[in-house]
Amino acid sequence: MHEIISRMFTVRFGMSEPLTDSALLKLGSERLAFTTDSYVVDPLFFPGGNIGKLAVCGTVNDLAVAGATPLYLSASFIIEEGFPLGDLEKIAVSMAEEAMKAGVKIVTGDTKVVEKNKCDCLFITTSGAGILPPEREHISSGTRIQFGDKILINGSMGNHAVAVLGARNNLNFTTTVLSDCAPLNHMIEAVLKECNDIRFMRDLTRGGLAGVLNELAAITGTGIMIDEETVPVDDPVKGVCEMLGFDPLYMANEGKVLLVAGESTALKVLSILKSDPLGKNSAIVGEIIPDKRNHVILNTVSGGKRIIDLPSGIQLPRIC
Amino acid sequence: MKYIDEYRDRDLIMKLAGQIRRSAGRNYKFMEVCGGHTAAIHRFGIPSLLPDVIKLLSGPGCPVCVTSSDFIDKLIKYSEREDIIIATFGDLIRVPGSETSLEKMKAGGADIRIVFSALDALQTARLNKDKKVIFPGIGFETTAPGTAVTVKKAERDGINNFYILSAHKIMPPAMEALIKDGAQLNGFICPGHVSAVTGSLIFSFIPEKYNTGCVVTGFEPADIMHAILMLIDQVNRGRPGIEIQYRRAVTEHGNMLALKHLNDVFEPCDTLWRGFGMIPSSGLVLKEKYGRFDAESRIPVTVSTHEENKLCLCGEILRGLKTPDDCPLFRKTCNPENPVGACMVSPEGSCNTWYKYADVR
Repeated sequence: MHEIISRMFTVRFGMSEPLTDSALLKLGSERLAFTTDSYVVDPLFFPGGNIGKLAVCGTVNDLAVAGATPLYLSASFIIEEGFPLGDLEKIAVSMAEEAMKAGVKIVTGDTKVVEKNKCDCLFITTSGAGILPPEREHISSGTRIQFGDKILINGSMGNHAVAVLGARNNLNFTTTVLSDCAPLNHMIEAVLKECNDIRFMRDLTRGGLAGVLNELAAITGTGIMIDEETVPVDDPVKGVCEMLGFDPLYMANEGKVLLVAGESTALKVLSILKSDPLGKNSAIVGEIIPDKRNHVILNTVSGGKRIIDLPSGIQLPRIC
Repeated sequence: MKYIDEYRDRDLIMKLAGQIRRSAGRNYKFMEVCGGHTAAIHRFGIPSLLPDVIKLLSGPGCPVCVTSSDFIDKLIKYSEREDIIIATFGDLIRVPGSETSLEKMKAGGADIRIVFSALDALQTARLNKDKKVIFPGIGFETTAPGTAVTVKKAERDGINNFYILSAHKIMPPAMEALIKDGAQLNGFICPGHVSAVTGSLIFSFIPEKYNTGCVVTGFEPADIMHAILMLIDQVNRGRPGIEIQYRRAVTEHGNMLALKHLNDVFEPCDTLWRGFGMIPSSGLVLKEKYGRFDAESRIPVTVSTHEENKLCLCGEILRGLKTPDDCPLFRKTCNPENPVGACMVSPEGSCNTWYKYADVR
C-alpha cells in the first residue's frame, strides 16, 4: 500500500518522504501543522464512540503528536441516501462535544448525499490546522533521537480494535471493551510544556504499536528494544486476543501516543502522563539501541527474543 | 490471567532452558505439527532460548497451508454465483487459488463473509433463506466436531440452504507420511488441541512402529519448553514413547462426546494435502446420512488442475525438508501482503510466522 501511495500520489504531488501525521508548513513567520484524514469505520457506532468522535479526535491527535496546538477543523460528509437523520444527529452532537473537549473549532465543511449503495452509510473527512512552535519542529521527524532514549506509551493497547471487532461481529463479550478514542492534545501539551526533551511522537492508530515502532526504526536507522512485560494490555483485550489469535502489538488504538524522550527526562515525562486521566496506565516500554539496526526486537514475557515485523494486511482470527 | 501468567513465568522458563542446555548432549530434530505451535514457538522467541544442537521444524499443522488450491478454486467458482454466500473462516480468504483468491472475489462484489464458527455460518443460512450458504470446513480434529455439531443442528432444525465443503483432515496419517517420506526426526511435538479431542493414544503407533518419540503439549512457552525437555529425555534414554505434557487439557482417550459427534457425521476419505499429494484415509467427508449438506455433491462445480508455482517451496517446507529461508520467493516475491503459497497466508503458516517473528540470532 505504501508503494502505491508513493508512486501514485507522493511523487506526483512533489511531497517529501517520509510522510508524517501532519504536514509542517511555513505561513509568514509562523509554522503551521496541517493534516487530513478520512473515516470509514464499520460499524458507525461502537462501545466507547462513533465515527464522528473518531473523526474529531483522530485529526486533533495527528496535530498534537506533531507538537502543534490544534485550532481549527473542517468536516466533510458523504451520506448515503436514506441514512437515518437520528443517527446523523447523534454523530454531529458527538463531534461538537469532542471539539469542545479538545478546545478546537469546526469552522467549515461540506455535505454530499449519494444514491443508495454508492457509499457505505456515511464517510467523514476531517482536516485540521494548528500552530507549531519552532522549537517542536523536530518531533515529527525524530532527527534528535539518540541511543539510550526511552520509549513511552500512555496506556493499554488494542482497546479500540477489540471494541470495533466486537461490535462488527456481534460478539457479545462478557466484559464490554470500550474504544479508547479521545483527544490527546491537552495531555501532550502538559508534557511538552514541562519537558523540552521530547524527541519524537506518533499516535498509535492502524498497525498499532508494532507499526509505529517499525516506522521509527526505519526513520532513524537505529535498533529498538521493547520489553513485552511492560506493555500494558487490559485483561479483557488480552483474553480476546488469546482466544482469537490476535497480537495486541498490532491492534489499532485511537487514544494512544508513543513518545521518545531523552533518558534523563523519561521518568518526569512518565509522571506527567500518569497524572492525566488519559495516561494513568502509561509506561516506559523500551529504548533506542545501537545494535540490530532498522529492527524492532521484543524481549518476550518468557525471556526469549524475537523480531517485531511490519504489520501486513488485517489480522485474521485463528481457526483452531 | 489464569492458565496464561503461570505458564509464561520467566523464572520457570529460564529454569527449563537451563535444564534443556544441560541435558542436550547431541543433535536433536523435533517437529511440531500444529499451526498454533508454529505461531507460539516464534511468538515467545523459543528458538532464542535453545542451544544450537536443537532444531525445531514446522510440519503440516496449519490447516490453511495444507488446503489444496483446487479447493480454493471450487470456492471461487461457487462465489461467482449470485445465489450463493460463502461464509468462511477468515484466513482462508487470502489463500491463493490457481488464479485469484476469495479476498479478491470479495473486493469484486462476491458475497463472501468472514465467520468465527460453523454455527455463525448456519445462522447466515437462517437469515438468508433465498440463498445457499456454503461453509468451507477446514481444520483438523479440533475443528471438525464443531462442524459436525452444526450439521446435526441444521438437520434438526430443517435448514435446507446450508452446505459444507469439507476439507477437514486428520493428523496421524500425515505424520506417518512424513516419516515414510524421509523426514529424519528425533521426536514430534504433538498438537495440544487436536489431542484434547482425540486423546493422546492416536499417536502411539509412531513410537511403536517408527521409534520416534511424541509429547503432547500446550501453547504456552513453559509447555513447549517442558515438552522439548521431555523429548530430549526420551531420546537420551533411547525410550521413545507417547507422553502428555498438557495434562490440564489432554487425556489418553480424549473428549468422547466430541468424538461421537465427529464420527456420527463424518467418515474418513482419501484427500489431497498441499505439498504431499493424496494421503489415504486422511480426510473427513460427510456420511451419506448427512449427504444433503455436502456442497460438492449437491452443487457440483468443475475446476481445472493447475500447477503450483515451481519456485514455491511450501511443499518441502510443510514436509520439514526445507525452511522458509531456503525458498527463493521468501520475503522477495512472497510476503504476507502478496502471498504466493498458502504457508505465507495464515498467521500460523511457517512462512508467515518466520516473516513476522524472525529469529533474532
